[in-house]
Amino acid sequence: MNDMSDVDGGRTPRSRTLRIGSGAAWWGDRVEPAGLNAEQGDLDYLCFETMAEATVSAAQVRARRDPSFAGYDTYLDDRMRAVLPACMRRGTKIISNQGWINPQGAAERITALLREMGIEGVKVAAVSGSMITDRVLSLAPTILENGQPTATLRDTLISAEAYMGAEPIVQALREGAQIVVTGRVADPSLFLAPMMYEFGWSALDHEKVGAGSGIGHLMECGAQVTGGYFSDPGLKDVPEPWNFAFPIAEVEADGSVVIAKVAGSGGAITLQTVKEQMLYEVHDPANYITPDVVVDFTRARLEQIGADRVRVTGLTGKPRTSTLKVSMGCTEGFIGEDMFFYAGPGALRRAQLARRILEERFRIVKLEAEDMRIDFLGLNAIHGAATPADAPEPYEVAVRVAARTKTREQALKVGREVDGMAVSGVAHTGKRVPHQDRTREVIGVWSSLVAREQVTPQIDYFIS
Amino acid sequence: MSSTKKVLLEQVAHTRSGDKGNTSNIAVFAYEPALYPLLKEQLTAERFKAFHRTAITGDVLRYEVDNLHALNFVAHGALGGGVSRSLSLDNYGKALSAAILGFEIEVPQALLSCLRTRQPASPQGHADAGAGQP
Repeated sequence: MNDMSDVDGGRTPRSRTLRIGSGAAWWGDRVEPAGLNAEQGDLDYLCFETMAEATVSAAQVRARRDPSFAGYDTYLDDRMRAVLPACMRRGTKIISNQGWINPQGAAERITALLREMGIEGVKVAAVSGSMITDRVLSLAPTILENGQPTATLRDTLISAEAYMGAEPIVQALREGAQIVVTGRVADPSLFLAPMMYEFGWSALDHEKVGAGSGIGHLMECGAQVTGGYFSDPGLKDVPEPWNFAFPIAEVEADGSVVIAKVAGSGGAITLQTVKEQMLYEVHDPANYITPDVVVDFTRARLEQIGADRVRVTGLTGKPRTSTLKVSMGCTEGFIGEDMFFYAGPGALRRAQLARRILEERFRIVKLEAEDMRIDFLGLNAIHGAATPADAPEPYEVAVRVAARTKTREQALKVGREVDGMAVSGVAHTGKRVPHQDRTREVIGVWSSLVAREQVTPQIDYFIS
Repeated sequence: MSSTKKVLLEQVAHTRSGDKGNTSNIAVFAYEPALYPLLKEQLTAERFKAFHRTAITGDVLRYEVDNLHALNFVAHGALGGGVSRSLSLDNYGKALSAAILGFEIEVPQALLSCLRTRQPASPQGHADAGAGQP
């Protein structure tokens, strides 16, 4: 990795507003708002975030079982087909972490899609290097969650990847890439990279980089800042919640921003939606650690400057840490899960008897569960112990059983015993005929830290 | 007049939860700046944890975010081991932010006009819209 601390001497930093749109907030996100942003957002950049904490380890598990799995976002074709023609026509650059465990494969696929569309000469960069599975046990001594040595994960470790920052993306942009597809890169870094590149911000300018990362944090969850995950009828209403647009950041060179969206879309951008997103998944608001910087949200000022337009100033940061966070995915056994139903007068009493029967049955068949829950949906399944004791008795109760076990054989017992309830249970038991294996593998996720210098980004280029 | 009225938190504040590992953060935002001191004074970390009874197994930290008129509660051990290990139906804890809306707050008479009250659904609003959803 080159020293990226200096401002790019060969390029005049832009002074006009930079427009960066969101194209996805997670793997399962809707595709059409990305197309809307590409067509109508007048964007300089469109950024896609598709990796949850466990995405890489889940992808590794799938790759072992399914040789046809390409190792990158399974919706890559859908997303790219929706945006490539408009983005390439308008000169909008694309930054995406859809590469998962195979950024080179993703870049090749994007190149192939471009050729299919007759778009030639586009430079696509693949940023890899975040995977450190082979050396994490020696580089990262301690598991953050429990203080144990990482060596205790030796037999179960599937994957380990460091969260890289914006710098390799900036380098790819400097080297002429119009599309950059990465493996594990911290979510805000995807949005920060174009700001650093376009405005010539030094990686060590912690105030600017802090502002840019704070903006990235507002953008990374897509519709969550434009009114998604916000409506509560009668208290917090938003218009057309079936028609959300993903946000657009209008960024100035000083690190201030207006959060906006395309005209005519649903949802709302208000002080409330922006505040909620600002603290989403944040612990200490004065010290939000990313690979690029430590973001400080406590001096941010928010201003509603128009319909669906909120200006944010005062975002800043502190110097970055000497370490990078590592996510380690481990096999941790299985979960068996099934459901059945009661309705009508006395539904809850029948559900309670059914629970008693199942508890006895699990003893008889010697279910070896590390943890188990039997929930009554509609009564206590969501808030558990925090459910008010005087919650009214429902008309309809779904009984859900879930147990975590060491082996798949043990997990299968959950579904087998629920099957038995069909004719050996309680009156009026509603039961679905099983049509699938009701078990799944558990991928536990642990965190650790490695020295920043131990992670070396690699950039490969492909031309359509 | 020093009399107060007890109301649910949903009239005073809006909330959002986020997940990281086995930790949930639940941010609580006063609808009006004038209501924020009530949150600071009454919604302590201890009360927050007690409200959730045994549903939160670890420590609860509270950050005061004065510029946003918000409190950020960081609840360790709130997600049943974390997204992939959790046996909870709501394994991301996305709905956790709703529970605290049932917390009771004492509001002085002078501030009652700052409260949000849940409005009945309008004919053009969500009630109709919901019925039209697939």
